[in-house]
Amino acid sequence: MQYFIKHKWAQFAVLLAVFYVLATVIDPATGGNWWRIQETRFWLLPDVVNNALRFLIDDFWVVDVYDSELDITEESTVVKEFTRTVSGVVLFSINLIRELLLGGVKTVVAFTSWEFISEHKWARIPALPWPAVAAGAFIVGHCLGGRNLSVLAGASTIYIAVFGQWTPAMQTLSFVLVAVPISCFLGLMLGAIAYKSKAFETILAPLLNVAQSMPHFAYLIPVVIFFGIGDHAGAISTVIFATPPMIRLTLLGLKKVPPEVLEAGTMSGCNSRQLMFRVLIPSARHDILIGVNQVIMQCLAMAVIASFIGAKGLGYELLVSLNMLKIGQALELGVSIVLIAVVLDRLSLAWANKQADYLADLPFHLRHKHSLAFLGILIFTSVIAYVASMVFPDKVNYLYFIDEAQGFSTEKFWDVMVDWLITNTYQGVQGFNFFMITSVLMPMKEAFLSMPVAATLFLVAGTGYIVGGLRSAVIVTAFIAFIALTPWWDRALITAYMATFAVVVSVIIGCSMGILCSRSPRATRVILLVCDTFQTFPSFVYLIPVIMLFGVSDLSVLIAVIVYATIPATRYTVEGLTNVPQALQDAGSMSGVNRLQRLLKIELPLAFPHIMLGINQTVIFALFMIIIGAFIGTDDLGQLIMQSLSEANGMGQGIILGLCVAFIGLAVDHLIHTWAEQRKQVLGIA
Amino acid sequence: MSTSTQPVIKCESVYKIFGENAARIIEQSGGKVETAALLEAGCVIGVNNASFEVHEGELLVVMGLSGSGKSTLLRCISRLIETTAGNIHIDGDDLLAMNDKELIDIRRNKMGMVFQNFALLPHKTVLENIALPLQVKGMSTSDSMDRALDMVNLVELAGRENYFPRQLSGGQQQRVGIARSLAVEPDIWFLDEPFSALDPLIRREMQDEFLRIQSALKKTILFVTHDFDEAIRLADRIAIMKDGVIEQIDTPANIILSPATEYVARFTREVPRERVLSCQTIMGKYDDSQDMSDLTVSQEAIIESVAKPILTQQKPVGVTDSEGEIVGVLNSKIMANVLFGDANSLPVNN
Repeated sequence: MQYFIKHKWAQFAVLLAVFYVLATVIDPATGGNWWRIQETRFWLLPDVVNNALRFLIDDFWVVDVYDSELDITEESTVVKEFTRTVSGVVLFSINLIRELLLGGVKTVVAFTSWEFISEHKWARIPALPWPAVAAGAFIVGHCLGGRNLSVLAGASTIYIAVFGQWTPAMQTLSFVLVAVPISCFLGLMLGAIAYKSKAFETILAPLLNVAQSMPHFAYLIPVVIFFGIGDHAGAISTVIFATPPMIRLTLLGLKKVPPEVLEAGTMSGCNSRQLMFRVLIPSARHDILIGVNQVIMQCLAMAVIASFIGAKGLGYELLVSLNMLKIGQALELGVSIVLIAVVLDRLSLAWANKQADYLADLPFHLRHKHSLAFLGILIFTSVIAYVASMVFPDKVNYLYFIDEAQGFSTEKFWDVMVDWLITNTYQGVQGFNFFMITSVLMPMKEAFLSMPVAATLFLVAGTGYIVGGLRSAVIVTAFIAFIALTPWWDRALITAYMATFAVVVSVIIGCSMGILCSRSPRATRVILLVCDTFQTFPSFVYLIPVIMLFGVSDLSVLIAVIVYATIPATRYTVEGLTNVPQALQDAGSMSGVNRLQRLLKIELPLAFPHIMLGINQTVIFALFMIIIGAFIGTDDLGQLIMQSLSEANGMGQGIILGLCVAFIGLAVDHLIHTWAEQRKQVLGIA
Repeated sequence: MSTSTQPVIKCESVYKIFGENAARIIEQSGGKVETAALLEAGCVIGVNNASFEVHEGELLVVMGLSGSGKSTLLRCISRLIETTAGNIHIDGDDLLAMNDKELIDIRRNKMGMVFQNFALLPHKTVLENIALPLQVKGMSTSDSMDRALDMVNLVELAGRENYFPRQLSGGQQQRVGIARSLAVEPDIWFLDEPFSALDPLIRREMQDEFLRIQSALKKTILFVTHDFDEAIRLADRIAIMKDGVIEQIDTPANIILSPATEYVARFTREVPRERVLSCQTIMGKYDDSQDMSDLTVSQEAIIESVAKPILTQQKPVGVTDSEGEIVGVLNSKIMANVLFGDANSLPVNN
């Protein structure tokens, strides 16, 4: 008995045995509520949510609104007017930036009228010539990060222009340039408030947890209902999606400011505003700027998904070409998105690490040399573009703007490649596909679907109890019970099966790769760089090569998931293994361990909690990607979320489905975090 | 120093008690602090009934080991934390009754503080760090920079104005901290273990630097340290704290010569007395019948500095006051006893 209490694995073994017995005993035909929870009033929850939100939009707090164009007074609600105003402001900002880059009239219209535009031909914003933008990117890169960064930024811009993707790329950029500052500002403010007010932080914490584990699609649905469809809706859903990590990092950074610095600020006579803006936020600058970096990444990842609700740009084009199975085009677009993501990521990181130079007491032209250089190039390229359009009035002006049809394209090459691949590897790939689906995936799916609700809940509760006591048991059981009460238990099981399969494979690949790479400092650097780079790819992009190679099937979704989810597993393994304290390594060396002993006896045990956090990330990444995989076609929760996006009353359903996915993630997250915290305490590395 | 003038800092029965129940328990007991009851309720006592005064231009060192409540006491007096019970007056004004505006005002004009780990803002240069208290007061950039440059010169950091804190050594960083705390020309100067994070040699150098600055500026100082030698070296008076209680508060010489408690005595035992005590503390009675040596020493002189000449004299040496009058005698016997004798067998003359 003593043995049993002491050894958790023994408890687990008993738990699993009981689970197995329960699963076999409960019969689908006669099991009733033990097998699947029957329809209850809980199934009405989506409708309740729907009605509540509808009420909020249509009937709550009715006010009279005067419409100046039609000269009538209408009834409207506060919520409607609020969302309308927000939409207007966001749309105006996007259009302003977009027209600065691409030219247009909408901004001018906003201040005048359509008649004014048709009367005055000159009343439009001219597009920036692409060489000017490329030079701008080059200069910004040089200014922030030196030669390498300037070449990366400049070359990426040139690639986008030359390959004829200028218009969608600038549309995406304008969208990102609006969403990022809004997210950053909101995140900073909410983070600062949470820092000042304990109560606010307590309310915010669970909301952030849920928000960060809701799949991207689930955000789109309420946004469509509240804000409609279009660029602004895309930007708003992006802001909602990208703000939580910014809040987190702001709060983290502020909390890390040493108490003495706070006291020094107070004793210097700062009032509370000065303390926040002059002392706290600047001191937490590093974490906050990492937050900005995160926001940029999230925005680009969301840029593709937001095209489902009408955001223009690369994401939309990508979606169209994937729908038409134009792999070559999709690949080029994917490269453009990745390039924008990588360039913005690197630029923002360089900005985070850049320090102001107060030493220099420079004259005006040296202090502003970058701005002046850009101004010069802008004038020069504009003149060239203008002159060229005079000289060749009918020809395409390559120095000004390259249209999609006139750009280079490697599309043909890729299409041929894909054809070649399909004809030559068809047998092999199909064989593999067939084998995996019939011998691995289908049996696994069957096994998961045969899990009775009662047995599953028992397993979950038991695991929670063993890992973190009664409190954990209650928390995780509540999460899973919520799903069991909805009509989508079977769908959730399919999601769980896909996630389990992907996570197991990802962890095996990721951990082995991590262990191997951590053996040499050089390989460590390389693998971390690879992880960094892959992590900046918007998740959607992973689907392109997979569809190209494996066609449309469950397996290709899973492969995309595995590729995507292996990144955190690898990264955390490498980090965990290389961060083992030097003193312990030395102690090991002096005890005369060989390489294998060092790995098994010193490094792995100490790195294990960190690796588990990596596995936690792997689970979250996998869930996100599985839901995105619904775009290719799966039959899990993601598919239903996609469906509710196009249904008139899908809002409630979409939100509840999103919560189901989030709760799976949160349950795993809770278990792993609790375990890792305990383990770190035991090891004394908390 | 005269006691007739108003003290700059005056603490009366100051208590700081940590714990959620502390306020409630004190309220229940009718405002009276009963430490036993508080301890029973799981409260932690930071400062226990501290009463003392600091006068203008005086340097009071609060000395205690970690956890003795010395930093807590300092934070009560700078009101970085709220005092649980008692009164604190700054220049006669009730500190604890001040609202936020008055508090900010007093900090902007009257108080300066130096911190153990320097607490410099990492994103600001030396000059900007020093100018911060001036700028939050609303001083113009050029004025504040001029003043900050003066401070840079005062702490001898000229040439490093535009360095960032991370580019400076610990000693240099603390010089910046000192300059920042003095930028607003405060009357009261708080120093919270300012040299504890420094290497011993640098610490010594910084103590000299501190004494140099203090001899020029004559601030009223509350200096917290855990280093008894440092306390002896710098203090006009020392308050020794243990478990939140001030065990003894007196001049360094008196503390060494007559430690009030066994706890205090444990610190004084190791102190080389000849380096701390002045001649007047050990001199014998003078009567004019004695056959005196030609040599005289000042009563202020530290024993160590005059030991050698006294020991070489056959006859007793006269000890003179500031007017040159002989007020006591020292002979080789007394000196030998001080230098080599038992700690408890010191003659005590005052």
